[in-house]
Amino acid sequence: MSSLSGNVPELPVIVEGRVPAAQLDSPSRVRRDTLRQILRSPTFVIGALVTLFWVACALFGESIAPHDPIDESFEASYVSPSWDFPFGLDRNGRDIVSRVIVGSRSVLEVAPAASILGVVLGSLLGLVMGYFGGWVDNVIGRVIDAILAIPLIVLAILVLTALSASSEGISISPLKLIMVVGLAFTPIVARTVRSAVLVERDLDYVQAAKLRGERAPYIMLAEILPNVMGPIIVELTVRLGYAVFAVATLAFLGYGPQPPTPDWGLEIAEQYADVSLAWWAVVFPALAIASLVVAINLIADTVQQVLDQ
Amino acid sequence: MLRYIANRVALGLVSLLLLSMMIYAAAQVLPGNPGRLVLGREATAGAVEEFNRSLGVDRPLPVRYADWLSDAVRGDFGSNYTDGRPVTDDLIPALQKSLFLALFAFVICIPFSILAGVFAAMRRGRAEDRAITVTGLSLAVIPEFVLGAVLVTVFGPAFLGWFPGIAGTLFEASFLTKLDSLFLPALALALVLFGYIARMARAGTIEALDADYTRTATLKGLGRRQVLGRHVLRNALLPTIAVIATNMGYLFGGIVAIERLFGYPGVGFLTLQSATIKNFPMLQACVLIIGIVYFAATLAGDLLISALNPRIRLTRQG
Repeated sequence: MSSLSGNVPELPVIVEGRVPAAQLDSPSRVRRDTLRQILRSPTFVIGALVTLFWVACALFGESIAPHDPIDESFEASYVSPSWDFPFGLDRNGRDIVSRVIVGSRSVLEVAPAASILGVVLGSLLGLVMGYFGGWVDNVIGRVIDAILAIPLIVLAILVLTALSASSEGISISPLKLIMVVGLAFTPIVARTVRSAVLVERDLDYVQAAKLRGERAPYIMLAEILPNVMGPIIVELTVRLGYAVFAVATLAFLGYGPQPPTPDWGLEIAEQYADVSLAWWAVVFPALAIASLVVAINLIADTVQQVLDQ
Repeated sequence: MLRYIANRVALGLVSLLLLSMMIYAAAQVLPGNPGRLVLGREATAGAVEEFNRSLGVDRPLPVRYADWLSDAVRGDFGSNYTDGRPVTDDLIPALQKSLFLALFAFVICIPFSILAGVFAAMRRGRAEDRAITVTGLSLAVIPEFVLGAVLVTVFGPAFLGWFPGIAGTLFEASFLTKLDSLFLPALALALVLFGYIARMARAGTIEALDADYTRTATLKGLGRRQVLGRHVLRNALLPTIAVIATNMGYLFGGIVAIERLFGYPGVGFLTLQSATIKNFPMLQACVLIIGIVYFAATLAGDLLISALNPRIRLTRQG
């Protein structure tokens, strides 16, 4: 015995089970570092500035806009961009720059709420699927596969039409849009969260909680959920980009605000027929949509890169 | 291999069956009474009942679903509420038009995006790589109709005048005229796809470039061209095929908006039109067809990959 002990390399002795403070980062410090890394990224800054600009337009649109967005009394229709009307006038003689500024509102009052709804429902569903596994996971998984075979826009058209069948025409309230787009996001979020939960499920802390006799909802929400927040936050930013995409497209297709409400997608649908006469009535709302979607995706991309490290 | 195919097909059929149930429920339960819907508020209760009986919608839901399904698998998707014509009369030509547009978009997109992805991978981390990645990422997230509207403004009658802004009524025209009028809608769809396919081609190429077999090939003295062609690209493009197949299905989301923008009477246009007039038999058939196209495309992609990849082909054998 004693002859062997000479060959055993000496192990560092940990006194009272404590690791020296310098070796362990406290969670709040890790969080601060992550945040700093995100804030320093130029793509994030550009994305955030553009997004904030449109949020300000949505909140204070009427006070920023130079004219009344639904006033038709300026000059004749289709006046090309000029000093007084930088983006020109549309077919009805309305000021396009004002309509683009105020038009951010209808997208931004639906998209964030829809993404939050979708991510909350999807996370809960993903936790249940990943934690229980077995036939629960299998059955829900098949349903999710089936729903994901239908593009979001087509699914939304089907459900929104069915919901407004008893009324004349198609009436879409912002609340209805939030519900439908949020529910349509749920399957894909659930799939992402499920695969994150699968990694955690067999780790020691989950086993320990089970042995302590904790109930399943407690383990899912208090033990596992904090450890899968990274992918959930990434999912939230990615969904927000898709929500703007979806809401703008649905508005273009007529499933959104109705005239004369200023809205980017609706504006393109209304003015497109005369694009060869007055390109400005189509291009400026189009650029507004593109700038907001790309800006949010720049944010999402940075968050994803930093959290995936 | 046979067992793998059988498994894969069975799984797809289960999902498709579930999908058909959900579509049927959404289109038949949510809207309420079809007789009231078609005849309007002023119709008498007796007339509404009579109409419902003639459609057979007074029977219990599971019975109606089973009937509808057994007709649907034989190619009969029911008749319009409005004029009683079979929905397939309009659906089949529309599907052909949409598939033509989708294929056109893929033909434009695939060579460019694979080239760009492989090029970006070989210039990994440099300015060219960054430029391709950011461009692809941005294009992939912009709605198709926005890209379409901008493309029409630039290349359409407003400025350059190279292409028409309408793709609607030219289907009887000559093949070249057809391609000419479909170029802008196809390009808008292709630009959205570009980001996804190029990203996948880049990732696949990077993985293959870093793999041991590539190093072995280089070390045993093969030329750069041979290493790339025989060893890197062959392995790099397998995951790209899966992405192309999945996107074939997702393309139909964008096709609705693009067909609306250009007035092209495909499945997307028909979906929107039947939704507007609340013709639910047609609407549910359109949605189901879009789901079938998605399953068929992903199935074809999976089978192609397993046929090209000996590891899958051989290990799943028994």
